[in-house]
Amino acid sequence: MIYLDNAATTRQKPPQVIDAVVRAMTTMGNAARGAHASSLQASRAIYDARCKLAALLGCPRPDHVVFTTNSTEALNIAINGILSPGDHVISTDLEHNSVLRPLYRLEAGHNVALDFVPADRRGNVDYRDFERLMRPETRAVVCTHGSNLTGNLIDVARVGEIAHRHGALLIVDASQTAGSIPIHMEDMGIDVLCFTGHKGLMGPQGTGGLCIREGVEIRPWKVGGSGVQSYSRTQPEEYPTRLEAGTLNSHGIMGLSAALDFIRDTGVEAIGRHERDLMRRFYDGVSAIEGVTVYGDFSREERGAIVALNIRDYDSGEIADALSQSYDIATRPGAHCAPRMHQALGTVEQGAVRFSFSWYNTREEVDAAVAAVRELAEP
Amino acid sequence: MRSKKPALVLAFASTAQALATEKYCQEHQLPGRLIPVPKEITAGCGLAWKAEVEQGEELTRALARAGIQWQEARVLELWA
Repeated sequence: MIYLDNAATTRQKPPQVIDAVVRAMTTMGNAARGAHASSLQASRAIYDARCKLAALLGCPRPDHVVFTTNSTEALNIAINGILSPGDHVISTDLEHNSVLRPLYRLEAGHNVALDFVPADRRGNVDYRDFERLMRPETRAVVCTHGSNLTGNLIDVARVGEIAHRHGALLIVDASQTAGSIPIHMEDMGIDVLCFTGHKGLMGPQGTGGLCIREGVEIRPWKVGGSGVQSYSRTQPEEYPTRLEAGTLNSHGIMGLSAALDFIRDTGVEAIGRHERDLMRRFYDGVSAIEGVTVYGDFSREERGAIVALNIRDYDSGEIADALSQSYDIATRPGAHCAPRMHQALGTVEQGAVRFSFSWYNTREEVDAAVAAVRELAEP
Repeated sequence: MRSKKPALVLAFASTAQALATEKYCQEHQLPGRLIPVPKEITAGCGLAWKAEVEQGEELTRALARAGIQWQEARVLELWA
């Protein structure tokens, strides 16, 4: 199979990730649940993973790296734990439903006012709109670092500067960029950075988390076992325990930790460069084919390794099915959980076929995918 | 019955801080090890750092210099 659905999950992982999960499942106890060797091994390994993530993402405090099951959970924790009735929040048309639905729910039932920075037909935002939408009661801006549909990036440092100037926090969804695009949350003015472990970070599914700037208070939405302060009726205040009730996915986190070693040794820049080379090669190939429409802005070098396209007025689902059945190429059709982005692009009815590239893809695979699109586009 | 002797015990606000202490101590050849937090400090669970009393001053000075925080430092009679 030629797997080009890496924006959904990277299917191929570094081999040491699998080894680490197996090792964890055969040796590790429960982290923070005792001081015997197996529990301490798990506690140390998880703390080590926090340190690696803090280093990779520019989070000053490893104990402010909180593990969750994915970025949807991280975003729900951040959004619901920061916003209160009467607050105003700004987001963008580029967002995934993992941002949109928590915000819509707060808007509908919890008296939170919500505005969106619109995207144009190329999927770009006008940064002046963030400024325009600010109100005295604006508590936060929630925005993606990179669109999961077009691959367009948002200059989060610029958004952070605007947000902070107006006394608002910046919550960033780095689902599509962590591991492929350099991120430094302190330098970029990010207050809460939400990530998933199974995409660009190349770890197992069921891993993710959030990095929290010192001084940012997030209310926990789940409370329970913490391994400390057991006779207290309330969840411990300290991060990460405050937001990590219950047993962590230590086995998955060990896989993620091994993936972080791989990324550190390989280099985020090198990984991103390889992925973008493939993306650019594919873009150059398909954009020259008659009947193919490519979405997004490819004028900048730095972007997510994603190419979304349609062929004539064909149903995107039919194209993805043909790619799968006739060419054994895995892509993602439809709406990609990004309804506002499709509305901005004018692709609500047709959807789009998304090709997304990873470290493990090759030029030969890209060329085969271009050839398949060319055949399918033949009148 | 095992004999007891005084030991320095550092208690922490979070497991992460206990682990940060262990990491720092191992990297800097500082004495001690993680133990279950003694009941004299908190009736519950969690991790604490145990070291010889005579090593206490060197240890706490080094940790303080490194910015590592602990909630409480106590000398307790623990199993040797």
